[in-house]
Amino acid sequence: MQRLTHLERLEAESIHIMREVVAEAQKPVMLYSVGKDSAVMLHLARKAFFPSPPPFPLLHVDTTWKFQAMYELRDRMAEEAGMDLLVHHNPEAKERGINPFDHGPLHTDMWKTEGLKQALDKYGFDAAFGGARRDEEKSRAKERIFSFRTASHGWDPKNQRPELWNLYNARKSKGESIRVFPLSNWTELDIWQYIMAEDIEIVPLYMAAKRPTVERDGLLLMVDDDRFPLEPGEEPQMRSIRFRTLGCYPLTGAVESEAATLPEVVQEMLLTTTSERQGRAIDKDEGGAGMEKKKQEGYF
Amino acid sequence: MNEHSASDPVYKTDSLIAEDIDAYLELHQNKGLLRFITCGSVDDGKSTLIGRLLYDSKMIFEDQLATLEADSKRVGTQGQEIDFALLVDGLAAEREQGITIDVAYRFFATEKRKFIVADTPGHEQYTRNMVTGASTADLAVILVDARKGVLTQTKRHSYLAHLIGIRHIVLAVNKMDLVDYDRETFENIVEEYAAFAREIGIEEFTAIPISGFKGDNITQAPSENTSWYEGPSLIQHLETVEIANTAAQARTFRMPVQWVNRPNLDFRGFSGLIASGEIAPGKPVRIVPSGKTSTIKSVVTMNGDLERAVAGQSVTLTLEDEVDCSRGDVIASADDPPQVADQFEASIVWMSDEALIPGRAYWLKLATQTVSATVAEPKYEVNINTMEHLAAKTLELNSIGVAEVTTDRAIVFEPYEDSKALGGFILVDKITHATVGAGMINFSLRRAQNVHWQALEITREDHANLKNQKPAVLWFTGLSGSGKSTIANLVEKKLNLMNRHTFLLDGDNVRHGLNKDLGFTEADRIENIRRVGEVSKLMADAGLIVITAFISPFRAEREMVRAMLPEGEFIEVHIDTPLEVAEARDVKGLYKKARQGELKNFTGIDSPYEEPEKPEIRIDTTAMTPQEAADLVVDKLLGSG
Repeated sequence: MQRLTHLERLEAESIHIMREVVAEAQKPVMLYSVGKDSAVMLHLARKAFFPSPPPFPLLHVDTTWKFQAMYELRDRMAEEAGMDLLVHHNPEAKERGINPFDHGPLHTDMWKTEGLKQALDKYGFDAAFGGARRDEEKSRAKERIFSFRTASHGWDPKNQRPELWNLYNARKSKGESIRVFPLSNWTELDIWQYIMAEDIEIVPLYMAAKRPTVERDGLLLMVDDDRFPLEPGEEPQMRSIRFRTLGCYPLTGAVESEAATLPEVVQEMLLTTTSERQGRAIDKDEGGAGMEKKKQEGYF
Repeated sequence: MNEHSASDPVYKTDSLIAEDIDAYLELHQNKGLLRFITCGSVDDGKSTLIGRLLYDSKMIFEDQLATLEADSKRVGTQGQEIDFALLVDGLAAEREQGITIDVAYRFFATEKRKFIVADTPGHEQYTRNMVTGASTADLAVILVDARKGVLTQTKRHSYLAHLIGIRHIVLAVNKMDLVDYDRETFENIVEEYAAFAREIGIEEFTAIPISGFKGDNITQAPSENTSWYEGPSLIQHLETVEIANTAAQARTFRMPVQWVNRPNLDFRGFSGLIASGEIAPGKPVRIVPSGKTSTIKSVVTMNGDLERAVAGQSVTLTLEDEVDCSRGDVIASADDPPQVADQFEASIVWMSDEALIPGRAYWLKLATQTVSATVAEPKYEVNINTMEHLAAKTLELNSIGVAEVTTDRAIVFEPYEDSKALGGFILVDKITHATVGAGMINFSLRRAQNVHWQALEITREDHANLKNQKPAVLWFTGLSGSGKSTIANLVEKKLNLMNRHTFLLDGDNVRHGLNKDLGFTEADRIENIRRVGEVSKLMADAGLIVITAFISPFRAEREMVRAMLPEGEFIEVHIDTPLEVAEARDVKGLYKKARQGELKNFTGIDSPYEEPEKPEIRIDTTAMTPQEAADLVVDKLLGSG
């Protein structure tokens, strides 16, 4: 008798999900945000289809405001996996110069929410893998692994299909598309343990190093390039920091840390008492129901 | 209020994390995984219990706790104390109603195991959610309020957990703090439950007196208040029960093929999740249903070939021989393959607002096989409160019954009690694509294995060649009074003049003979069309051009007939006449009767007409004469033939 560990079972489940999508969807795509969850998802995809490369492209819905280190890793990982990398920029956001400094929530809405809808429509993808986990946030806990979106990309939490055993119903009506979350049952600790066990490369920003920072509205921001408008008298300080999540650099708060290795990062995570998404401004809008509302409007 | 659990050994130990993270990670790398479900009615304190488990295992972070404290004061139901339920009740709408309404999955871990909890509601109308949550669970925690004892809901949840094949049942007698931790109260409840459990076939269960609110017997047992209790705490029990996955390894090897992996001409692998047993290179296997045999060459993964793989692992297998094998096939041990059949008895849970329609074709997905299937009128429905068997013509939302299921081709299966992976299926509506039902195969029906096709020497091609024509079914569909029969008659006359061999099946005429036993309910109309479809198919096999004129209001049945025929032989002709126009003509006076309520289930009035989405031919009768319409149909038919 061979007892499978929780990581082995989670891996097997995620691989099974990905293969079901490839077998039943017409044109799948994997959303790739370059974060640690995306890194795990991509790694699982490579395992699922080995020795073939994963039979779908990667799609990065870019805001042009990600950390430089993310762009570097993104291009390299896609090449290593032998997959096409599609990068989408919302042309309207580009034209209007939407940015996180001047436009607040509109920045996320235009670049990410609208950008994603545009990209899915443009290429006609009918199934998109996303790296969201159920432990991240309350409304996600109730979302199915195969989550349907209307033609306008809306989510109706009251009208989800029952999902039994590991039988996924991938049939959809005209115009509908599916978001598939193969990491649904993973927790943040599982992700970290798997990254260590499988030696998965992640963006170095997750590990502590001296980096130029400024403190604003209670968030510790990294000055990643010269587009960062410094206020009069503001001077970037070198601090030893790392990131628990990675998004647009002007919206992502760092934590002061000396954890420079993976075990140290995990150690710090287990001993800290603030949850992962706390560094992100996005969840705080509209109280506890913020994310649910965003998802109904088409946020991934 | 949490003083007794902060330093409990079952949870992650801060000291080890701080002092030797590598040792801690090593320990946690090798944990097992248990999935369980909690069931209880609205006030049994289910969300509070789960909130407590998350809280005690420190799955709640400080910022979440701050939000929780604020929320507890604002909308909580526990006065100024922390309302753990708020942690768990996710969606905004539910928060306002104060109940959980869907299936939510929660995660926590102890030193020994990681847990995934399916939280499902106890409300009567939500059977489907509980069945959904239970389908992946190894264990069920049935919550009972100590003040109320075993209720109808308790029985219902236990029955469902047992039906879905959960072998480990925990009876958690909650709110012990509100009955002064009284031993006799607990024991009376256990005794009452034991009698019921035996009745429905639950062989054993573990009863634990707890307080989700105060924390008694959650992590450690016995708590000070229940010194009389001798069993394990809830967590201790969850950490030690056998995991179903391990049990599956002991059975014979089966792997449903999900995907064929062909990166190049030199490699051909079969990918899937091993459903049961174990496999290794050199083992003889049989591909089912084809029955072909081969030997395992390698078990491929990106981390290197494996010497063996077991139930629960996702792998890619290569075979020594070039045998046909594709998605839907099952690779099984050569000497003990699973059965193949096309007719079963199954227990079915209905999950859609639209009731089961016996005879209608649904998609049935079992493992990686998807086939067209029909469900017969149920043998009986189970009253899930009393477990009585009731006569039933259909199954409504949240009802459970036993019925025969027939698939359009034989599928590989095992009885559900032997294999959830090869015995559980879902039913999908062909039009809305919703998952409308879930089923568990009890056994195959003998006659499915005994009916064989008689091989015929004169083929359908021979029949057609003799008549010097290509057979087809011109399927006229449209409202009553739309002009179907008129145009169909003209088409047949025209074809006869051209020496074509035809036959016209007309709705009214068929109902005088072949289908005179059928009425106009939805189920009868479906059977009407099914029979006409079968007759049309036989006539097309005989080489005829069949013309049918039936309202045939439902898309699903028209698609069913289309699927019976070879590609291209079914030609859907939509006689598109607006309702006002058809009603104004009212040749037979039927619309008038229907409007006056004398005729029930009349299409267009009190029964729907589902227009064809992509008919091969569409006739707008407001824009052309019947003769022009007939010319168009004949042109299209012969043009395409």
